Amino acid sequence: MKLWGGIGQMNDEELLLGAKSGNRRNLSKLLSRIENGKFSFDKHSDVWALGVTGPPGVGKSTLIGKLIERWTAAGEKVAVLAVDPSSPVSGGAILGDRLRMTNSDIGESVFVRSLATRNHPGGIIPNISDMINLFSYCGWSRIIIETVGSGQSEIGVIALANRILLVDGPDRGDMIQAEKAGIMEMADIIVVNKSDLPRAKLTADLISESLSLGSVDSIPVFVTSALENKGIDDLVVCLDSLVPNESRKNLRIRQTLLSHWTSLAISNPQFDKIIIDISNGSKSISESIMSLIELIQNEVKP
Amino acid sequence: MRIVVAKVGLDGHDRGAKVISRALRDAGHEVIYTGIRKTPKEIVRIIIDEDADALGISTLSGAHDVLIPKICNILRNEDLNKLIVFAGGIIPERDREAIYNCGVRAIFGPGTNTNSIFDFLNESIKRKESGDFVGVGETLGWYWTDE
Repeated sequence: MKLWGGIGQMNDEELLLGAKSGNRRNLSKLLSRIENGKFSFDKHSDVWALGVTGPPGVGKSTLIGKLIERWTAAGEKVAVLAVDPSSPVSGGAILGDRLRMTNSDIGESVFVRSLATRNHPGGIIPNISDMINLFSYCGWSRIIIETVGSGQSEIGVIALANRILLVDGPDRGDMIQAEKAGIMEMADIIVVNKSDLPRAKLTADLISESLSLGSVDSIPVFVTSALENKGIDDLVVCLDSLVPNESRKNLRIRQTLLSHWTSLAISNPQFDKIIIDISNGSKSISESIMSLIELIQNEVKP
Repeated sequence: MRIVVAKVGLDGHDRGAKVISRALRDAGHEVIYTGIRKTPKEIVRIIIDEDADALGISTLSGAHDVLIPKICNILRNEDLNKLIVFAGGIIPERDREAIYNCGVRAIFGPGTNTNSIFDFLNESIKRKESGDFVGVGETLGWYWTDE
């Protein structure tokens, strides 16, 4: 199809029609419109979305590369939203996750989109759930959202997925830190990657032990080496059969609600003005909350 | 801008591409680095999936006269005519005319000041906004010179 008018001139409906019938450029353009707040898409039905998070350098992207291999071989269509931070100074970003996902650039059944956090506080990209819905609507059967870190701010993003995978490395102890932040309770599966390095098994045992002490019931802990292609098959089997856990569903809804609320607040054009009002003493915190609620009320129509 | 920085073909030297990526980030751009040894087809795929505005191709292998035209042709076939393409690395003076004729709008060799890349991008944005040709599949005739 030759589009001499230019794809930029196509309206949302035309793009959606094209995207649904498999046109990558139309899909890609719609993702940009969602990212820039110019299009919203909340139609969703049977979304299969996996949030992957963990500390930097534990091999999340490499592991996702292996999952892509397995799933595309099994006939699935895999979409990845790879979130990386923007520089708080320049606003720019280097988005390098896709280069670790080998084979992510071949074949029609893989789509990797890199997203910069664009300094949304807490790394929350408003509208990321619309992107997930759009992928699902266009027939993508495995949607992965990758974020770095294991702090409170990252759960906001991965909570938008209905399945959550935490990745750690051997001997890091980050998961024990993550436990304090309450992230471990939200995970469906925990993976200790880089089992080619020593003490991976020990780390996995420590995590299992720490899980068994709490109220969390049996989160499976896997040991993998994405580099040496070990333990991946078992992980895929577990992911495929994973039914979103009802008892953790409310935790996720809580996070999703809070993320949406936060992004509504911070994306309001009056937000910065309210901060100034508080700073120069003309408004108290509770007054500011009241006016913020009013502003959001006007914006959100039932 | 969203800019894809690409290494094409059998060429593992990516220090330059990484320095440029970093410089572009510091200038406020979102840079998607492809990693080394990508095929022209893969690079175009990345541009489509990432909805990029510009492509910077880094090549030091001597295969620029084959690989760059190949990328530009695929871009035009995919109707990505408005994409701004620039190149860098080792591209001898005698080969540059042919590269410009593919729709590449700037070539940056060794010793380039990163500021001149920013100037080129700013000029390109200006041209785009005023409707002047600057894309890989648009009318030829303009390319960036430092003077």
